[in-house]
Amino acid sequence: MSAETSRRCTILVLFAHPALEKSRVNRRLADAVRELPGITFHDLYEAYPDFDIDVPAEQTLLLAHDVIVLQHPFFWYSTPAILKQWQDLVLEHGWAYGSRGTALRGKRLMSAVTTGGREEAYGSGGRNRFTIRQLLTPIEQTAALCGMDYLPPFVVHGTHRMADSEMRMHADAYRRVLEGLRDGVLDVEAARDHPRMNWDLDAVLAHGNG
Amino acid sequence: MHGEGFFYQAFVYLAAAVISVPIAKRLGLGSVLGYLIAGIAIGPFGLGLIGEEGKDVMQFAEFGVVMMLFLIGLELEPTRVWRLRAPILGLGGLQVALSTAVVAGLALLLGLEWRSALAVGMILSLSSTAIVLQTLSEKGLMRTAGGQSAFSVLLFQDLAVIPMLAILPLLAAGTVGVDPAAAHGDAWIDGLPALLRMAVVVGAVGAIVVAGRFLTRPAFRLIASTRLRELFTAAALLLVIGIALLMAQVGLSPALGTFVAGVVLANSEYRHELESDIDPFKGLLLGLFFIAVGASIDFALIAARPAAIAGLVAALLAVKMLVLFGLGRAFGLGTDQNLLLTLGLAQSGEFAFVLFSFASQNRVLTTGITAPLIAVVALSMALTPLLLLVNERWIQPRFGTKERVEREADEFAASSPVIIAGFGRFGSIVGRLLTANGIRTTVLDVDSDQVEVLRRMGLEVFYGDASRHDLLQAAGAGQARLLVLALDNPEKTLELVHTARRHFPHLTILTRATGRRDAYELLDAGVHHVYRETVDTSLRLGIDALRLLGVPAYRAHRSARTFLRHDEASVRELASLRHDRKHYINVARQRIRDLEELLLADLGERDENLDAGWDTESLREEFGGAAAGDTRES
Repeated sequence: MSAETSRRCTILVLFAHPALEKSRVNRRLADAVRELPGITFHDLYEAYPDFDIDVPAEQTLLLAHDVIVLQHPFFWYSTPAILKQWQDLVLEHGWAYGSRGTALRGKRLMSAVTTGGREEAYGSGGRNRFTIRQLLTPIEQTAALCGMDYLPPFVVHGTHRMADSEMRMHADAYRRVLEGLRDGVLDVEAARDHPRMNWDLDAVLAHGNG
Repeated sequence: MHGEGFFYQAFVYLAAAVISVPIAKRLGLGSVLGYLIAGIAIGPFGLGLIGEEGKDVMQFAEFGVVMMLFLIGLELEPTRVWRLRAPILGLGGLQVALSTAVVAGLALLLGLEWRSALAVGMILSLSSTAIVLQTLSEKGLMRTAGGQSAFSVLLFQDLAVIPMLAILPLLAAGTVGVDPAAAHGDAWIDGLPALLRMAVVVGAVGAIVVAGRFLTRPAFRLIASTRLRELFTAAALLLVIGIALLMAQVGLSPALGTFVAGVVLANSEYRHELESDIDPFKGLLLGLFFIAVGASIDFALIAARPAAIAGLVAALLAVKMLVLFGLGRAFGLGTDQNLLLTLGLAQSGEFAFVLFSFASQNRVLTTGITAPLIAVVALSMALTPLLLLVNERWIQPRFGTKERVEREADEFAASSPVIIAGFGRFGSIVGRLLTANGIRTTVLDVDSDQVEVLRRMGLEVFYGDASRHDLLQAAGAGQARLLVLALDNPEKTLELVHTARRHFPHLTILTRATGRRDAYELLDAGVHHVYRETVDTSLRLGIDALRLLGVPAYRAHRSARTFLRHDEASVRELASLRHDRKHYINVARQRIRDLEELLLADLGERDENLDAGWDTESLREEFGGAAAGDTRES
């Protein structure tokens, strides 16, 4: 169920940021992958400024891709509002889940989130009390209910204080992850042992070809 | 007979221009050089199609310079002129003074008597406003630092002509008390004592400012309300000619007077309309002027003493360049911009022709001196476009420092990214939203009363019929990105769309449409963003009606959104469909038929399935309301 089955996957990035003009890190991540071949970059706030989501169009998009990436800043331990609206409307019963809802089965889902707080703040000792993986469990369970394979999240912590060079590094890592998933050279099984996708990227990508 | 002569001359001039200017432009030489060559070609030393009457044409054509100054004034608001005061007085004053001194010194060395030498120095220190400004604006260099400096110097030179006219008679050798009538031609104020004369001059300029401020705008509004275009053109020409006459009467330069009038009107809502009305006249007259200059070059004289003339031309250009380059450096111009100023203003100008004949009338200079010098001046003018071409092609690429000139352009006259045509109930809302977001807009409207009110409230609104391409041009359509059409007249809107698509294909057009029929036409014409004026409001009313009947607010809202989406799609669909069916009898029947199709379509798509994701019906069916997998709380 890993690298060898999906040599060349198509990726759909569902991007949600209500004020991209004020974003620092998310914009860089977005710019790093926006134009990549084999990747469809879909900016939800740009497509539906009035939350008037075109459900059939969204479902067609999902069907056409193998890997779904939810890219967004981490707002109140969750997604920005439009991504919740998107889940509520697009993941219909009888289509995405339920006994006849098999449309998304076998696809992969990965969260790509940025947090202002540093990694130490996420965990039993930190002020957010839970790890990012724990806080993302609603998404993980959504994927499970739809029969999707949930991957460890790509997380950039500490965006409040981040140097340019560091932002560039994360953007580069993000691009490598998506390219790895697309080309089937990312060792998904190895990555499952890591708390987040970009924990030890070199190791995950080096073994992918095996 | 007379008429025939006029038509013959007009034919020769126009034919020469129409043939030579496009060729010159194609060769990259610019229009000024094209006109000059045309003048040489048809002149007495070319084909000989025009002879002595060229001189009359020149006088007539100088009026083109007057119009040009008026247009330049229109572009310059008083505050901007005030900001240019240092370069005008400093750079301009020093240029005239130093060039006069050096040229006069050289003339002394060549054996001229000191008074003649001084007269020659003064006359040759002036440059050619017509050639310089036309060439610079054609190359788009007017708004660069070098262009602005050149403009400042030229403006000072225009002012300097007045004292020169006063001083020249005093330089007449051995004659005391020159007959003032001979000096100033027919200006009646020469009979007056000096103090009174000064008062009249000041009064005349003051009258232009006051009348321009308080009289012209109501007058233009009155004329505009007749909605006769040609009357507005006539009024614009009347204004310029009237001022020129007044200025000639009080002995001032007409160019200067119209420039002042232009500056006074620069803040007026009629600015763009005036610009586009006067501009073609200016262009033709200036062309005529350049042809006349070309025709007046006396090749017989040059052929008789080629070395001497060439030497004089070279010396004149060298001296003026040296002075200009030094001053440019002293005033902090970068090398690129300084070269532009230096090479641009190196020639002597059209004022020299006037002043030389004036000086020989006053017996300051003999024709033995003026004849070769007039040839020198004409040659220096003809060389200017060539010098600038050499600068552009060979000097700048090699030695230029590649200064970024765009920055300076912003300050001089930033153009708006959005042009809004029509500022009534519809356009005003668009304009206010854009303004609230800090976006500059240029507004055009044909209702002169409305324009007046809006301007009083500080909005940048101009009077004019936006379907004319020259007015769009003047409003900055060449640089704008969006064109918003908010007119309430569908025919006019369609006309404007065609004009804009033809002349400004880069503009994205957003159009108000009255209804479906209108929207079809606009879609056919190539507009991509069409907004039917009543759709959004009717839908809002529909939402409120649903709510009053007990439909929850959000459901009503989403239903309206879905309705709008389907409706927009059907407009596009029916717009393409209707070309297949040509048997419609009349528009009214077509409307009924459209409505019928719409209603049928709506019935087929009842909103039953709207937002099924929020519907728990299928969940209850599957899980009986108690299943573990239920993600919905109901």
